[in-house]
Amino acid sequence: MFESFDATMLARMQFAFTVSFHIIFPAFSIGLASYLAVLEALWLWKKDEVYLELFNFWKTIFAVTFGMGVVSGIVMSYQFGTNWSVFADKAGPIIGPLMGYEVLTAFFLEAGFLGVMLFGLNRVGPRLHFFATAMVAIGTLISATWILSANSWMQTPAGFAVNEAGQFTPVDWWAIIFNPSFPYRLVHMVLAAYLTTAFVVGACGAWHLLRQTAPRRSRTMFSMAMWMAAIVAPIQILAGDQHGLNTLEHQPAKVMGMEGHFESHPDGAPLVLFGIPNAAEKRIDYAIEVPKLGSLILKHDLNAPLAGLDTIPAELHPPVAVIFWSFRIMVGIGFAMLGIGLWSLWCRYHGTLASDPWLHRAAVLMGPAGFVAVLAGWVTTEVGRQPYTVYGHLLTANSIAPIEAPAVSASLLAFIIVYFFVFGAGTFYILRLMARLPRDTMPELDEGPIRTAGVAHGPASAKSHGAHHGL
Amino acid sequence: MDFDLPLIWAAIIAFAVLAYVVLDGFDLGVGILFPLFPEKHDRDVMMNSVAPVWDGNETWLVLGGGGLMAVFPLAYATVLPALYAPIIAMLIGLIFRGVAFEYRWRTKRAEFLWNWAFAGGSMLAAFAQGIALGALVQGIPVENRAYAGSWWDWLTPFSIVTGIAIVVGYALLGATWLVMKTHGDLAERARAIALKCCFATIGAMGVVSLWTPFLDPVYLQRWFGWPTAIFSVIVPLLVLGCLYLLIKGIRDRHDVQPFIAALGLFILGYIGIGISFYPYMVPPSLTIWEAAAPEESLAFLLAGALVLVPIILAYTGYAYWVFRGKVDPEEGYH
Repeated sequence: MFESFDATMLARMQFAFTVSFHIIFPAFSIGLASYLAVLEALWLWKKDEVYLELFNFWKTIFAVTFGMGVVSGIVMSYQFGTNWSVFADKAGPIIGPLMGYEVLTAFFLEAGFLGVMLFGLNRVGPRLHFFATAMVAIGTLISATWILSANSWMQTPAGFAVNEAGQFTPVDWWAIIFNPSFPYRLVHMVLAAYLTTAFVVGACGAWHLLRQTAPRRSRTMFSMAMWMAAIVAPIQILAGDQHGLNTLEHQPAKVMGMEGHFESHPDGAPLVLFGIPNAAEKRIDYAIEVPKLGSLILKHDLNAPLAGLDTIPAELHPPVAVIFWSFRIMVGIGFAMLGIGLWSLWCRYHGTLASDPWLHRAAVLMGPAGFVAVLAGWVTTEVGRQPYTVYGHLLTANSIAPIEAPAVSASLLAFIIVYFFVFGAGTFYILRLMARLPRDTMPELDEGPIRTAGVAHGPASAKSHGAHHGL
Repeated sequence: MDFDLPLIWAAIIAFAVLAYVVLDGFDLGVGILFPLFPEKHDRDVMMNSVAPVWDGNETWLVLGGGGLMAVFPLAYATVLPALYAPIIAMLIGLIFRGVAFEYRWRTKRAEFLWNWAFAGGSMLAAFAQGIALGALVQGIPVENRAYAGSWWDWLTPFSIVTGIAIVVGYALLGATWLVMKTHGDLAERARAIALKCCFATIGAMGVVSLWTPFLDPVYLQRWFGWPTAIFSVIVPLLVLGCLYLLIKGIRDRHDVQPFIAALGLFILGYIGIGISFYPYMVPPSLTIWEAAAPEESLAFLLAGALVLVPIILAYTGYAYWVFRGKVDPEEGYH
């Protein structure tokens, strides 16, 4: 199956596969952790049981998601060494400390307080418990910050020198962390995580509204998710536009590939809506274009000249077909999200938010859309960085470990089998947990050990709370 | 005053790895002992005894790996390719047993599957870590900033023995943990198992310790040459002391003492390895200073580590404090 691939190609496939699986979980858990913190804050503030019920419901789903994120993340932290050891040696002095700070400031925070959040409500009391939930949520955001900084540095490296051993050495940490594309990437990714979660929560709420079970909980959940969609989707489109301008400035070849501009356009570039990229002939077949619109979007000027891939040596072109499509998928989903958000506002205005079955059906359909958009976005930015690992400075082909193709293909095969089995099961359990919401009892499974009474530790008020809710 | 940054970092990384070994050691050990406790109720309690803390324990592994890349990138870039197969096996083991913590409660029909994932994953991860340790002790050749050995160098009789030693040692940590954290019949059986694991562990430590000096003349010189031979008197004496406390603690039905003594055994074994290794990061190829990242990287991360590691230890300690005492069999959030 893998005979035709060399070790570099196999290692790239393995990285793409493991990182694609991994990114799904943080995209969900960043949003979900913040959602949990909001729910618990609302419960403490308004004393309305519906928020605690929703908190407990999503907490269980968060735990499963977080578990999958942890184990798939550990794989990532070792893969730089096993498959990309030359990259690790050369870029380690810069990427390493950024990831080191992620572990020190985020991972320990999340992991340390996760146990308290999941198991500790009647041991520490509601206020300390909320603190733990907030720490977990903040941890996920700090983690995103460092990882996006490290990734952005690989895209738009700054603040470094190269020593005699060929290592990138830090010169200015401020410039490294706040490299030119970092703010755009961070905002775009965090908003994407919030939108992804909003659409999962919204789909779950809509599903139960359609089945008319537990209407109050479903309505609250659906309404919160739709506010998120209506507010964040337009902001995300603006952020994406700004990120695109930044990319054009620092990684023009990536934008040329995304937009399908094989040729330069000296007097205004069209926007290619659709078409089939033909890398061999260096053109877009069957292109549907809007004249001048490309220049308008990218340069905010109808007649601005736009350079094409013909200005760059062919061996430095990114794989155009891949990023041309992944970019369109991401943008298409972004506008569909905006559509749902606006639709929900219209329904809300007319008082039919909880009763319009077509909106609910559309929301259920859009449930997984965030994940697809996040994946498509990462494919666009990561494949668009090729053929470099550190843009403009270190080629992917020169980053690979001295490994042999059979070793990489064997481990790739092992990861594929294990991931599909393990994460397939996880997805199944999450979907089943979501489907079980509407019972009036707590969402816990019958077969888990249901706590019957409080434990001896913690304040008495918390104990009675826990006992009351069957925690 | 000049600080020897590589040496400071070597000490911090060594601490992170030790923290990982003793912390994840006992929760992996609980998984390793799973097959010896066939009853569902016992298994529920065993899992819940580590469920609130395993995640934090495992984070030390990420710090060990991520930190190594940050401050000793060359060591990271040469050791990991050399240990390719055991590392992948360890990761797969950790995946299975990590998800088992959640999945096991989500299904009745497939519960047996996740019991196996928990037990098998724990054993595989522990064995692979032991193999990796053995392979590192027996040496990793490096040329031109890259691993220069072949793909199966890690697989030797010695590394198999260290693999077994780690599995048995983690089982000891797990058993003494259960003695400390559980009640009644479960604790009784854990006590009996702890005693057996104790003899097995000390036997395995003995074999590895006697074997190690003959792998490399440097080790031999270190352990039997003057003045370093002082260590080869002190360390085994302390090991005997821990062993005494361990066996006495089990016999006298102490709850906490056996676990503390078992931790002591691990720490001493670890110090023994450290004595053999110094000043190498990757024996016999790279010293601590050769493997270190540029000064700017070391200083930048050290500033954070000095502030953050104590904070981490504080809230980790707090999390353990919240879940102190015996596990309530009725407890769990599931």
